[in-house]
Amino acid sequence: MARTLYDKIFDAHAVRTDADGTTLLYIDRHLLNEVTSPQAFEALRNEQRPVWRPRANLAVADHNVPTTDRRHGIADPVSRIQVDALRENCGRSGIEHYGMDDARQGIVHVVGPELGSTLPGMTIVCGDSHTSTHGALGALAFGIGTSEIEHVLATQTLITRRSRTMRVTLDGVLPVGCSAKDAALAVIGVLGTAGGTGHAIEFAGPVVRALSMEGRMTLCNMAIEAGARAGLIAVDDTTLDYCRSRALAPRGDAWERSALAWRALRSDDDARFDAEHRLDVSRLSPQVTWGTSPEMVAGIDGAVPDPASIDDAGRRASYARALDYMGLDAHTRIDSIAIDKVFIGSCTNGRLDDLRAAADVLRAAGGRLAPNVRLALAVPGSQQVKRDAEAEGLHEVFLAAGFEWREPGCSMCLAMNPDRLEAGERVASTSNRNFEGRQGAGGRSHLVSPAMAAAAALAGHFTDVRRFARAAGGR
Amino acid sequence: MEPLVHHEGLVVPLDRDNVDTDAIMPKQFMKSIARTGFGPYLFDAWRHRDPGYYGKPAAEREPEPGFVLNQPRYAGASVLLAGRNFGCGSSREHAPWALQQYGFRVLIAESFADIFFNNCCRNGLLPVRLDAARIERLMAAVDAQPGYRLRVDLPAQTVTTADGESHPFDIAPALKALLLGGLDETGATLELADQIRAFEAAHLARSPWL
Repeated sequence: MARTLYDKIFDAHAVRTDADGTTLLYIDRHLLNEVTSPQAFEALRNEQRPVWRPRANLAVADHNVPTTDRRHGIADPVSRIQVDALRENCGRSGIEHYGMDDARQGIVHVVGPELGSTLPGMTIVCGDSHTSTHGALGALAFGIGTSEIEHVLATQTLITRRSRTMRVTLDGVLPVGCSAKDAALAVIGVLGTAGGTGHAIEFAGPVVRALSMEGRMTLCNMAIEAGARAGLIAVDDTTLDYCRSRALAPRGDAWERSALAWRALRSDDDARFDAEHRLDVSRLSPQVTWGTSPEMVAGIDGAVPDPASIDDAGRRASYARALDYMGLDAHTRIDSIAIDKVFIGSCTNGRLDDLRAAADVLRAAGGRLAPNVRLALAVPGSQQVKRDAEAEGLHEVFLAAGFEWREPGCSMCLAMNPDRLEAGERVASTSNRNFEGRQGAGGRSHLVSPAMAAAAALAGHFTDVRRFARAAGGR
Repeated sequence: MEPLVHHEGLVVPLDRDNVDTDAIMPKQFMKSIARTGFGPYLFDAWRHRDPGYYGKPAAEREPEPGFVLNQPRYAGASVLLAGRNFGCGSSREHAPWALQQYGFRVLIAESFADIFFNNCCRNGLLPVRLDAARIERLMAAVDAQPGYRLRVDLPAQTVTTADGESHPFDIAPALKALLLGGLDETGATLELADQIRAFEAAHLARSPWL
């Protein structure tokens, strides 16, 4: 019977399945961070249970780490305890751990693919909802809670059920000035933040095939913002070219055997999905969120909607509440919204391609931060991304424009470290969530692509990056 | 984990869609490495006027009187009634910990985010999905009748009102068993260690990249 990519990976990892569909799923790779794992390790210690397969795990400190000079450690004592606990827990269990000062450190969802720790065909879990990112490699990757972290550490399995499948086909060609981020926001705008609930989304179509691996990771990263635990993309030459020669990828004969097996990681032509959506992106405008949910999104040439025009009472109330929190009036033009801060980074948009796209705009436009922009952060997703960016001179472009060039970490995406918004401040952010208080209590977040964030930094308000179309180059 | 079989309790309405786990448990409280102590910070930014941090003494907090949990008529509520897509966003289990430690045992909503739903069932917190029309009726009833209570029967998978109206709900068998038994899920899976080991040996042999 024809199967989807999701089903192929799921079936290959089912240790056993009960009559009611409950499946014991084998987990190939388990990623850990300092925030969601300490209670799981503690539970194992209390029960005197060992870690089943230490080498299946990889731990990276990312959520809490400062992005400024790290020579003096972490100033916040509570953050320091978490980061120290991760190191100690991993040391005791024999788990590979990249601490704050490791040359391989970074956001775990950037580090995994970049090192070849996450590879096609794997089942990958992590106590972080943006684990969906790794699905871009043709893997089944999703976020779990702390109780499930404990279960995976102790048994190398998860108790789960097969998800429903959804295919989102992106037709056309991404216009110049639009990126994978704009496509992701547009998809969420159509599906809604609960549209993918209960589903694994496979992204397909000519737009996806033409995307770089970085772009594909951006797309799968945002699957969770459409409610889907997992996003997946079929393996093709782009995938294999990316994985080849990664530090932890197989080599020589083992590479050939692996690559051959991975080529089968695609949905069969006649596979049926539980849900299908198509979106032609050829006429897409660069996207900007205006509300407190990623589905509240508009084109840069659009305006803030009027809640009064919404028929559904629940949605009307949500819109009104969002506008109140965001300090915006209905019908305000998106390109007239002024910003206070800019954040370029995160597991959504903290990779080399993303930094290049932003730097291209800064170069093309010239000049410096608008006077009303108090702070602009460029935060590479990993130490490797930082080194690569510096080798290309990108850091000089950011610094010349008035950005701060920081150390890798989650940073202002969720503001667990000192990088945050103050109450009422408005940010152009390349991250993934515009929830109330997400980037700092009372802060107001607008999600955009790296190119759009760079353009806003210079203009002091959102502006159409297509003005710099030549340089943006369609990334 | 405390088993949940039957529960009857006071209902509090949170008539909002897309309540995310950042709102349920803001990030500053996730710096704790403990599994307890989150109850006082549930919905912290909505419940309080002052900025909160983990360990902030209750005497220093300034409650937001307009927020529904702070209204005297809902004091002691153990059943939370909400809209669509409750618990969306971050996978943080701190959100169900906070709800459970505050005193909730049952959440009733039109829909829940997947990861959050799973996390609740592993913490003695029953998530119940009911359709929009039923949620709307319950919201109206809670609003109209002070002291409104609901009774939940997990074995029968029903929510019953004081006047006997019964609403059926679905839940995956494995998650239902977890809630009913208050099971040690990890311990139960370790009983299958031989099966896992046999699968693993074959799986690793055919996957040279692992």
